[in-house]
Parts: sequence; structure tokens; C-alpha cells
Amino acid sequence: MTATTPTTAGDTSGGTAGSRGVSARARRDTADVTIRPVPFHRLLDVELRKTLDTRAGAWLLASIALIACLVVGVFALWGNEDELDMQSFASTISFPMLLVLPMVAVLAVTSEWTQRSALTTFALVPRRGRVVGAKAAAALLVAVAASAVQLGASALGAVAAAAFRGLDARWDLPLDLALRLALLNVVAVAVGFAWAVLIRASAPALVAYLTFVLVLPMLSGIVAAVSDWYSEHSAWLDLSSTMLVLSAPSVSGEEWAQLGTAALLWVGVPLAVGLRRLVRVEIR
Amino acid sequence: MIIIDALTKRYGDVTAVDDVSFRAEPGRVTGFLGPNGAGKSTTLRIVVGLAGPTSGSATVLGRRYVDLPNPGLEIGVLLDASAQHGGRTGRETLVLGQRTLGLPGARVDEVLELVGLTRAESRRRVRDYSLGMRQRLGLATALLGDPRVLVLDEPANGLDPAGIRWMRDLLRTFADDGGTVLLSSHLLAEIEMIADDIVMIGGGRIVASGTTTGLLSGGETLVRADDAGALAAALRAAGLDAAATADGAVRTDGDLAAVGRAAFAAGLAVTELRTADGGGLEDMFLELTASTQRETAPTQGAAA
Repeated sequence: MTATTPTTAGDTSGGTAGSRGVSARARRDTADVTIRPVPFHRLLDVELRKTLDTRAGAWLLASIALIACLVVGVFALWGNEDELDMQSFASTISFPMLLVLPMVAVLAVTSEWTQRSALTTFALVPRRGRVVGAKAAAALLVAVAASAVQLGASALGAVAAAAFRGLDARWDLPLDLALRLALLNVVAVAVGFAWAVLIRASAPALVAYLTFVLVLPMLSGIVAAVSDWYSEHSAWLDLSSTMLVLSAPSVSGEEWAQLGTAALLWVGVPLAVGLRRLVRVEIR
Repeated sequence: MIIIDALTKRYGDVTAVDDVSFRAEPGRVTGFLGPNGAGKSTTLRIVVGLAGPTSGSATVLGRRYVDLPNPGLEIGVLLDASAQHGGRTGRETLVLGQRTLGLPGARVDEVLELVGLTRAESRRRVRDYSLGMRQRLGLATALLGDPRVLVLDEPANGLDPAGIRWMRDLLRTFADDGGTVLLSSHLLAEIEMIADDIVMIGGGRIVASGTTTGLLSGGETLVRADDAGALAAALRAAGLDAAATADGAVRTDGDLAAVGRAAFAAGLAVTELRTADGGGLEDMFLELTASTQRETAPTQGAAA
């Protein structure tokens, strides 16, 4: 844009543009030259802020920390003595984490539609893929932060158990297992995110995720009981069961491959289909 | 400057917007008038890239909206005041926009003041806002980036009479400062008061467009003198059409200056001289409202 006077700013018709307020318009027209696309870090900052700036969001995140501390507290006081090491604590916190953490990712996407704030979000940033990317990055950061909380709470648990039960504190959490527990959180968040992008409505998307994590393993077991073929191949298909190998002491090469194919099915496919639709759908 | 060119939007068999073309010029308030369901909101959604057209195009400041690098700095958009996250405070809603656009934090207080929301109100959650407060908050969001163009869908909805007056003054100042305003409404009276140009849409098609004064008067003048008969004769003598109205005035096709001169030449003291009301716009609008199915109607004037 090279326009510097108000009457020619984007105006090819020679219409009825007034000459009033020349100075203000001229100032803005010259500023026009310097307008840059919104950088990704700013979108990420805004999306992170959105996960915290409502009561629901703040409570959801706080509940993750609360649940971690609660679980650790209960086990430290009343748990079986040989399960009072950091590794057991971290694994125990894992399950409630898998239930609650992905809800943050789900709501980050779906609340834009359920609350209709998408109208403002995508009017400010019409390249919708960038917004979705920023939401994904924000969800990833939340998953990483939650994993840090998980490990911190486990360490606290080990200390508390030692203090209350008169045991030696045991810190035997191998680094690779710690990283895999964090990856497990990321995978769960990715599932929630992908289905949220596909469904774009809070309640159905939350139900979809809870079905995935609570009902699917059971269904998968039933199908495996009646189908030999499925029983043999379910590990390649059923992410809800396969992802739990990440919390095992070690993971084989084949298990990594199974994790990859199952993740492609449960994260890759819904995300691809959902994204294609999301960038085109009319926002009302 | 907004240019809409041969815009069409179909949903299956339904044509919501049918070959719509018009411009919203800088320095003017363009009123987009039509009954509910006429295609106003669909057109505005296409203008700001929230919906894709089936065919045709809409450009803002010479570019498609989605091609603008940071559209919030150039175009302020308010499509639906209730489309805001109810769990956020009004201030937080603005902070998200301010941070997205990369503006200083003080801008939030500036726009709050501009739209007349107090600090205490801004700290309340949006779900506790009245519709009028949401309109003000939505307008504050639109104004954040100090844009040159405003696109507003039914901005007066939910405002009390004082609020409507305030909105009118704000948009008038914005346009007088060289800005482009495109606003929609389903109320003729509202558009009449604020718009310089009117684009009337019904059943997805433009049925009339032109300047507000031109459309409202239909180019006619109303003039009154003590002796209506003598006045009508004087106007006819000057080559104008003249017809006496029921209440003793004369309606003529001459413009204000020609009518005044003709009366002066005939030695008649004019007691009232103004552009005539009605001009068919209101009738046309009522007809559209009664039957939005109507597909063709006489087009008056030309697109400004």
C-alpha cells in the first residue's frame, strides 16, 4: 500500500470520500505500510491466557494439581509400604491426570464454538490454521507443565511417605520412565484435541474423550474375546490400551510401532478430517 | 472502502445472497437495510472472511479480508454482541484482542472509556452483561485497533434510546473523520437517522440503493404557501409537476432551489419547503417485510 492521502486510500471510484480529518487518516495510512502478520508467539500467548482466564479454566487446571496432591497424600498416609517410592506415586497420579488434563485441550477448541467467541477470534485472525496451531502449542505446554506437576507431586509424596511412615525416601524414578509418563500425558491431550477439532462442541467432545479413555478399553476387550483376528491386532489399533505401555518399566520396538499406528488412527485421522472442515466451515 | 461484487451464497437449494453488488465509501455511513433473513448477516460474514462466497467477491481496502496481515488494525468487526465467552470479564475479553493485535495495554482502558463502560462494569463477567452492555463491549473490541473501516451487524440492538443516540454520534464522528462504516439493521427508522447511503436487501437481492435523502424523498419536494392553488400554478408555469396534497401543501418534482425560486418569482411567501417524505422507500420496505419472498422490485437511484 502506497496510499498516503485519505481520498485515494483504497478508493478507485473517486467517490464521495470526504477530505475531513486528513491528518488522522494520513497518519493511519502511512502506518498501513508497517502492518505485519500477527506473530505466532502472540497467538500462543493469547491461547495460553484463554485456558486460564475463566473460572472454569482456572479450576480445571487447579484441579489437576489438587488431584495430584490428593492422590499422593492418600497413598503416602495409607498406601502399601512397598508402593511408596516416587515411581509408584508418578504412575498412580497418571490415571486421574489422563482423565482431566485432556479436558483442557478439548475446551480450548470447543469453547470457541459453544461460547461463540470464534466469531471474534477468527475475525481477528482469519487464517484459522494458525489459531488452531497456537491452541495445539498451548495444549502441549499445559501437558508439559502438568507432567512437571506430576513429577513434583511424586517427589513430595516420597518425602511425605518417608516423614510420616518412618521409611527411607525412595527416588527411584528412571529418567526414561519420567519422560514416557510425560509423553503419555501429551498423547492423551493430543487425542482430546484432535476429537475436539473434529466435533467442535464442548459436551459431545468431552463425552467422546471420556468414552475413549474409559469405555473403549472395555469394548476393545469384548471384541477381542470374540474375534481372534482383533485379539491379535488390537494393540495396533486400540490407542486407549496401547498408550498405557508408556507407563511400563520398558517399551519394546514393536510397542513403539503399535503406539505409532494407533496414534495415527486416533489422533492423525480425526485431526486431519477435523482441520479440513474447521478451516472452511462458516462461523456463525 | 468496501467493495462487494456480484456476491452470491447458496446453501444447497437456498440462495441466501443473490448477485449482490455495492460499495461502502470512506467518509460515509452505509446502512444495509433489510428484514430478518434477507441475507444481511450472511453478506457481512462473507465480507470478514467467516464464510466463503459461492461466487463473486468482497474486498476491504482493496484486498480480500483473509489476505489482510492483521485485519484488526484496519477493520473493526462486530457481528453478534452475544457471541462472547460468558465466563470472561469484559476487560479480559478486550485484553485478548489487545494482545492479539499487539497493542499497548493502555488501549484497553481507552476503548472502555470510548464506549462508556466503567472500570467496575469491565470487571464483571460477560454473562452478567445486558445486551446493551454487550453491544458496547463488542464495539470496544471493534475499535481496539483504531481501524479505518467498521463492519457492524445490528449494532443498535439492545441499546436504550440514549445508547442509540450515543452510537449514532460515535459512528458519525468516525465517518466524518474519513472512516468507512457499514452497518446493518432491520429497522428503517434507525437506518434513516444514521446512514448517508442505504442499500436495501430482500430475499438475498438488492432492491434499492442510493443516498438516504434521495431514496427517502424519491427526488420530490414538499412546499407550502398560504395559497396552495396559486403556488401549484406558479410551479407549473416554471415547468415543474405540481400536485396539491390533502393537507394543503404542494408536492413537486423540482429540487428545493428551483421550487423556492419559482415561488419567489410568483411573489408567494413560502411557509414550508423541504424534501418530501416517503418516496416509496417505506412502502417498499414494508412490502419486503411482509413478504420476504419478493424477488424483484424497482431499483431507485444508483449505487453510490
